[in-house]
Amino acid sequence: MVKFKIRDLDVWFGPTHAIKQVNMEIQSHEILSVIGPSNSGKTTFLRTLNRLSDLHASFRMSGIVEMERVDTRGMDVETLRRKIGMVFALPLPLPLSIFENVAYGIRMQGVKNRKTLEEKVEEALQQGYLWDEVKDRLDESAFKLSGGQQQRLCIARTLAVQPEVILFDEPCSGLDPISTAKVEDAMVELKKKYTIILVTNNVKQAARVGDKTAFFLSGELVELDRTDKIFTAPQDQRTEDYISGKFG
Amino acid sequence: MRKIKEFVIEKLILLSGLASIFFVILIFLFLLKEGLALFKITSPFDFLFGKSWYPISEPPQLGILPLILGSLLVTVGAAVISVPIGVGCAVYIAEVAPLKIREVLKAGIELLAAIPSVVLGFIGMVTLVPLVKNVFHLPTGLTALSGSIMLAFMAMPTIVSIAEDALYSVPKTYKEGAFALGATHWQTIWRVMLPAASSGILAAVMLGIGRVIGETMAVMMITGNAAVIPHSILVPVRTLTATIAAEMGEAVVGSEHYFALFAIGIVLFVISFAINVTADLCLHKKQS
Amino acid sequence: MRNPRRTEKIAFFFLLLATLLIVVPVGLIVVIIIQKGLPAINWQFLSDMPRQGMRAGGIFPAIVGTIYLVAGAIIFALPIGLLAAIYLSEYSRENMLTRLIKLAIVNLAGVPSVVYGLFGLALFVVFFKFGASILSGSLTLGIMILPIIITASREALESVPSSFREVSLSLGASKWQTIRHIVLPNAIPGILTGTILGLGRAAGETAPILFTVAAFYLPQLPHSIFDQAMALPYHLYVISTQVPNVDEKIRYGTAFVLLALVLVMNLIAIVIRTRFRKKKKW
Repeated sequence: MVKFKIRDLDVWFGPTHAIKQVNMEIQSHEILSVIGPSNSGKTTFLRTLNRLSDLHASFRMSGIVEMERVDTRGMDVETLRRKIGMVFALPLPLPLSIFENVAYGIRMQGVKNRKTLEEKVEEALQQGYLWDEVKDRLDESAFKLSGGQQQRLCIARTLAVQPEVILFDEPCSGLDPISTAKVEDAMVELKKKYTIILVTNNVKQAARVGDKTAFFLSGELVELDRTDKIFTAPQDQRTEDYISGKFG
Repeated sequence: MRKIKEFVIEKLILLSGLASIFFVILIFLFLLKEGLALFKITSPFDFLFGKSWYPISEPPQLGILPLILGSLLVTVGAAVISVPIGVGCAVYIAEVAPLKIREVLKAGIELLAAIPSVVLGFIGMVTLVPLVKNVFHLPTGLTALSGSIMLAFMAMPTIVSIAEDALYSVPKTYKEGAFALGATHWQTIWRVMLPAASSGILAAVMLGIGRVIGETMAVMMITGNAAVIPHSILVPVRTLTATIAAEMGEAVVGSEHYFALFAIGIVLFVISFAINVTADLCLHKKQS
Repeated sequence: MRNPRRTEKIAFFFLLLATLLIVVPVGLIVVIIIQKGLPAINWQFLSDMPRQGMRAGGIFPAIVGTIYLVAGAIIFALPIGLLAAIYLSEYSRENMLTRLIKLAIVNLAGVPSVVYGLFGLALFVVFFKFGASILSGSLTLGIMILPIIITASREALESVPSSFREVSLSLGASKWQTIRHIVLPNAIPGILTGTILGLGRAAGETAPILFTVAAFYLPQLPHSIFDQAMALPYHLYVISTQVPNVDEKIRYGTAFVLLALVLVMNLIAIVIRTRFRKKKKW
């Protein structure tokens, strides 16, 4: 099933043309890895999907981003963002307790019942593989967790809202290899229920977890194909150069 | 439901955002409303350049030249004292003082900014005024000079903190460049830092002067309040602000005297507006 | 040839001298007022009505009047100031309107205090017919401290990292929810600091209350917000210039109480600021 359909997408920040004429489809229940050198438009692409790019004063776009055949520009932005969760590059806990971090999104939907909140928080923390480590200290500040734990907390926080899509923006850039492996495992597990789009600088990570891989260069989508094809028989010379480490 | 609540809140936020503009305009309008009535009776020229201020004689003479000159004299005196000392202090705090002393000095300056002007006026009355009287063998120490010294003192926090900010915002590379060429620290300050920070320092001086012109209580308590054209800095003078403060209590609402005091308010408002806009332009030039 | 090292020494000496010329008198002023004012302070002085044409007795009504005025000013200025700060920090974009608002704030901060007095007289006392009253005085002081509250609150709001806002929005919170639950709670210390500084300013100002509220001599407490009231700064002005033969002790005592009030407020603001900086979580 097609989750996203993007047609003729252009994005500008002031005079900078960040994304150029991108057309693509993203299937549900798979992991799409987005790779490319820095400043190639990957993160902008991600933030255009959940309309976080709108926050920039100089943001302009043309083209259409459809989620399940509905133009995202026409949707209520809060509903859209509830459907599309996001995990950021650095672990970004809110300055609240562990419990309140996970409960935040649900609370903002108006849920006040303590019992419901507790159930949902536990469920989300279980899914984020963090429950066992934090179940006895839910009221501590989230800043007391280690970096890897914080990032899994952020994943759990995103899951608690029960999104359909999860955007990962270089989620392992600040983590050590062991924490990275845990986050990657979580992603593979999550794809059963969610559509996942992973922006990464780490080509190997894309190869490990992605069902499909998209290669961005200077704002253009150079190539999008099954991950094994991209890594074994890329159609475009630039893709091959990037994957083999000639630039980037 | 939540959407409606948020819509209302966001409109309130926008309205409050505009409140500052609204209040500035409101202040000006009400000064005009009460002040312009004067010019049905007296011409603006006679008002600004009339040499005598006898508001309760019959007919009243409402020339504010003595008051303007009083304000000018006190302000110039204060500027002469406060600019070199204030900028010097800013340079010392920003460049010379060791880190720990720097914090103490800044706290001291903040403390000065916090002291109410009526308290400073009171202290001026009991310390500075007798001092001026004795040093210059005057019949009274309530003089323009006392006012200038006091006002210079009161302008310091403004001048020091803004000038200090200006010095801080000079890019480090300028300084390092000068040091690399073998300049001493003082040469670097004098030849590089001060010129680079000049527009910010200019703004600091202007805002300090703005503070001086607008100051009321302290100046009323120690300048003697004689509404005559001053011929020396060692005689009592009366400023624009002190005139309003001292006389509005007695002026009958709707009388010529009342209108004239509001007209003085217009003059003060326009002066402070001009100073603040110019200083703001200076600060923005620095940023870009 | 001049010796640059020697020039530097001389220059630095003068810079130090300039600094001392400011800081030493500040210290002296505080010391003199404490030294001469403190002995005048006792329970009776603080809690009694002034007597014998203010030449004896206490300053109770002036203290109460000042508290009323300051409270009134903050009730008026804090909501508007805070919302205005939220507008500038969260909603405004870099455009002409924002530039104008900022310029207006700068100007509001620069308007001479006595002009605020005139404005309050014309608008509240005469036009709205509130008369010389606590209401008129509070509103006048409130407008005067608005720029202090806006500026401090705005800085506090802007110091909350933008990543918190993005996280909150990405979880489906609305803009106002984000401000209400994430931005505001983390800006409270800064807002509090600004508010207290505003309070201190309002407590110490004389000129704006001269024609809007202040009573020369009123040996009773105000009954409503439409009553006149005595106020500490005006009282100090009156007993130091308008009433002859007031005992030095009463003058210094009044100055001490006013100074202490203002400085304690500033001290509280500084303590909040430094404690918060240490505790900052990001």
